[in-house]
Amino acid sequence: MTMKAKMYSVKIYRWRFYGVYLMLIVLTMALLWRLSKLQIIPNEHRGFEFLQEQGTARTLRTEKIPAHRGVITDRYGKYLAVSTPVVSLWADPRKLLTAEEQWSLLADSLNMDRIQLKDKLKRYSSKKFMYLSRQLDPSDAERILRHNIKGVYGRQEYKRFYPAGEVAAHVVGFTNIDDQGQEGLEFVHERWLAGTSGERQVLKDLSGRTIKDVDLLKQEVSGKDLALSIDLRIQSLAYRELKTAVKAHAAKAGSVVLLDARNGGILAMVNQPSYNPNDRRQLDPNALPNRAITDPVEPASTVKPLTMMVALESGRFSLNSTIDTNPGYFRVGRKDVTDPVNYGVMDLTKIITKSSQVGITKVALDLDGSEIREMFFRLGFGQSVGIGVPSESIGVLPNYKNWLPIDQASFSYGYGLSVTIVQLAQAYSVIANGGVKKPVSILKLDNQPDSSRVVDKKIAQQIVGMLETVVKPGGTATKANLESYTSAGKTGTVRILGVDGDYDGNSHSSLFVGFAPTNNPRIIAAIAIHEPSRGKYYGGEVAAPVFARVAKRSLQLLQTPPANLPLKDSKVVRIKKVSNTQSVTKKVEPLI
Amino acid sequence: MSSVRHYDFLRRMPEASHDLRQRLSFWQVIHIDPILLLLLFALTVCGLWVLYSASEGNIRMMQRQGVFFVIAYIGLFAVAQVRLSLVARWSIFLYLGGVALLIAVLFIGVGAKGAQRWLSLGSFRFQPSEIMKLAMPIVISAYLSSKALPPRFKHIFWLLILVFVPTSLIMLQPDLGTSILVAASGLIVLFYAGLSWRYILAAFTLIVMSIWPMWQYVLRDYQRQRVITLFDPESDPQGAGWNIIQSKTAIGSGGITGKGWLEGTQSHLNFLPESHTDFIIAVLAEEFGFIGVVVLLALYLLIIFRGLVIAVNGQDSFRRLLAGSITLTFFIYVFVNVGMVAGLLPVVGVPLPLVSLGGTSLVTLMLGFGVLMAISTEQRRVVNK
Repeated sequence: MTMKAKMYSVKIYRWRFYGVYLMLIVLTMALLWRLSKLQIIPNEHRGFEFLQEQGTARTLRTEKIPAHRGVITDRYGKYLAVSTPVVSLWADPRKLLTAEEQWSLLADSLNMDRIQLKDKLKRYSSKKFMYLSRQLDPSDAERILRHNIKGVYGRQEYKRFYPAGEVAAHVVGFTNIDDQGQEGLEFVHERWLAGTSGERQVLKDLSGRTIKDVDLLKQEVSGKDLALSIDLRIQSLAYRELKTAVKAHAAKAGSVVLLDARNGGILAMVNQPSYNPNDRRQLDPNALPNRAITDPVEPASTVKPLTMMVALESGRFSLNSTIDTNPGYFRVGRKDVTDPVNYGVMDLTKIITKSSQVGITKVALDLDGSEIREMFFRLGFGQSVGIGVPSESIGVLPNYKNWLPIDQASFSYGYGLSVTIVQLAQAYSVIANGGVKKPVSILKLDNQPDSSRVVDKKIAQQIVGMLETVVKPGGTATKANLESYTSAGKTGTVRILGVDGDYDGNSHSSLFVGFAPTNNPRIIAAIAIHEPSRGKYYGGEVAAPVFARVAKRSLQLLQTPPANLPLKDSKVVRIKKVSNTQSVTKKVEPLI
Repeated sequence: MSSVRHYDFLRRMPEASHDLRQRLSFWQVIHIDPILLLLLFALTVCGLWVLYSASEGNIRMMQRQGVFFVIAYIGLFAVAQVRLSLVARWSIFLYLGGVALLIAVLFIGVGAKGAQRWLSLGSFRFQPSEIMKLAMPIVISAYLSSKALPPRFKHIFWLLILVFVPTSLIMLQPDLGTSILVAASGLIVLFYAGLSWRYILAAFTLIVMSIWPMWQYVLRDYQRQRVITLFDPESDPQGAGWNIIQSKTAIGSGGITGKGWLEGTQSHLNFLPESHTDFIIAVLAEEFGFIGVVVLLALYLLIIFRGLVIAVNGQDSFRRLLAGSITLTFFIYVFVNVGMVAGLLPVVGVPLPLVSLGGTSLVTLMLGFGVLMAISTEQRRVVNK
């Protein structure tokens, strides 16, 4: 290499190096210009404000916070419906479709058939949302979510659980999978129970997982609790007895309603058939209705005491009035009203004791039809009982312009009108309470509701006297005798209207309505057993024993002092003294 | 620039050098350029810091990268001790070895996403193309400095063959980004060596004219898509445009001062793809803002200026060409990476040097700086003709 060449080359280097410096600066400036356009130069459409907004839009999400649904309890706070947190798994099918290698893992952890999952994914392939599995135990859901399967997410929800199961199913009702009330009080008091869901801002990553809470936008408001007038102990008892009776008589259905005589609160309302609200996969639609309030029946003989009230109120009859029922049948229009045997001349009480068709018909024909109807209406027939249960029936209470004798007669012994079991219980509560009507309630009330007198006290007491004879020897419902408590009531045996609109004589409903104890009533119970098919169908044989068992045990549970203690056995009394409260023993003592 | 003249003077006066030779400093004895080392150290520490955030505190990843740093610095110290005349003499074997490995990659290489880039030696994997990044400037510098400068057409022809072979091998992997960088590291030498402006102009014209045929026949679909994406990312926001839209969003979200270390949402919530490799500067931009990016770029520029100073002070044309090429290639890395992330250049897989996760790249870059150190601290002696 010559010296000249070297000199020349050195010059070129210099030049080139300067060129490189220049290029460095120019290119670096280009980078900085570009970055500053992204980061510091304001530009609504491409600048940092837009990009920051975009960044926020990618990560910040507003999420719903589910509100805890209020619990439903019985009058003592025992849970009838509670909400437990669960997690529902859902998928974004578009994302899950791209992760085919994880499908089998997902299917296995969900206990799902792989092909089934694949088919479901195909069906939802154009959608953004699909449920994989709902209401999983949070720990199970967490186990699946931990696999980090693409497009699979969890959602916090609440699941309703009904500790009382089928016992309180009809009263409480149930919610659907989205926690909205569908039946019963869950449906009626939806707004009260549901609360309002809140909102929070969360940071989510690309796969949609919540990383952290940023801000609480709206506090969720938990639903309010609902306390019912139901006494779960009595409810369970009534349910058990009803179920046993329905089974024993191979009946189609049945209902029992127990009212608290003091305030009209419903202590128990049970039906057969029932269902398990916690598992409604094989729900029989027949089991769904709350028959005690949705299915009216013709009350039959159970209204005879009510007709008697009209008679006593009219002044045309008194307790001493006698009716000649000879010869045991009586023709009204084209129809024969018959008694099973010829009772001969009877007073009003005996008509009730024996449940004489002829007797009550003759009394009724002496009365005004509209008077009878008016009395029924006063006692609550033909109107809502006002407890706000869905698909409540008000029954049928016709009013005629011209009362034909046959209309009047059928009304008096409970045909040509229909009532629900609750209405029936309510009507008898008026008798039990000395003519005072207390509004029926399913909710536990803080204040005694306004009650109104609808029947004269004396008349009501006279009817109580009549009803007491029904459960005593010679009456139609000796099986409704509680032994340790005084009781009163009336049987009813309904011939059920067949499909052809005629009474076919084969299917019946057995009714019994009563209350106890008679001197100071604590409970009113109405029992209906529909279509018993083992031969027995009289109210006194089928429904009355249920009354006896339910009423007796309920009174014990309510710590009601027995009225007619066996006097000989003083040991029993002593035990009572030890086990019961002071106030109870005080009431017991004078009886001894 | 007076020192340059001083050395030139010395070089031209072989007899006088003995007397005028300066006493060797400590740094010259250990063959380390302290300024460059300090800058590199500052950059790598910053890099680890950002990487920690980008990897979301993944300790194992950090440990691995830490081990590579140690290896890289050891490599740097080792290479700094090597006599450059030896390097020049053996450069052709280094080059041929690199080409052999590149051919091997095509047959027995491993990789992912349809590209074969790695050779696997047990649990250790490395990219032969990274070796070429260093071998290329060395062999071209050695070749050119052995010829009279500026290079003549004949030499340029052979030189282009030297550049073409590994470049096309890498492109076959396919790895467009690396192949461009390798080609650039060779061609830069040619530029420094005083390639006539006529050639440069001719090459430039040729490139412009070949854009259309390249577009039509050479570029693959995904590469074409990347270019389209550059101009209109929204044309395919879920696909090709995704990376660039996300990185721009991350950068813009940082604003001037950033969200703070570990506070970046786009990178930490997986919205930013490749956040610890190619797109790591977006993590920095989001967490430290414009200021952070400027500081990082300033560090890079300081390193590059120091490299250029070393290059200018190189004793002979081989050293100058080599130092100049290594330095400028380093700058191209930075520019291509930052330009790509900021949406100024199409997306090519080029990591941010010394910051992105990746062992082979880190080690080769540091070996390159080892060469710079060697050039910087070599005893000034007269080159015998």
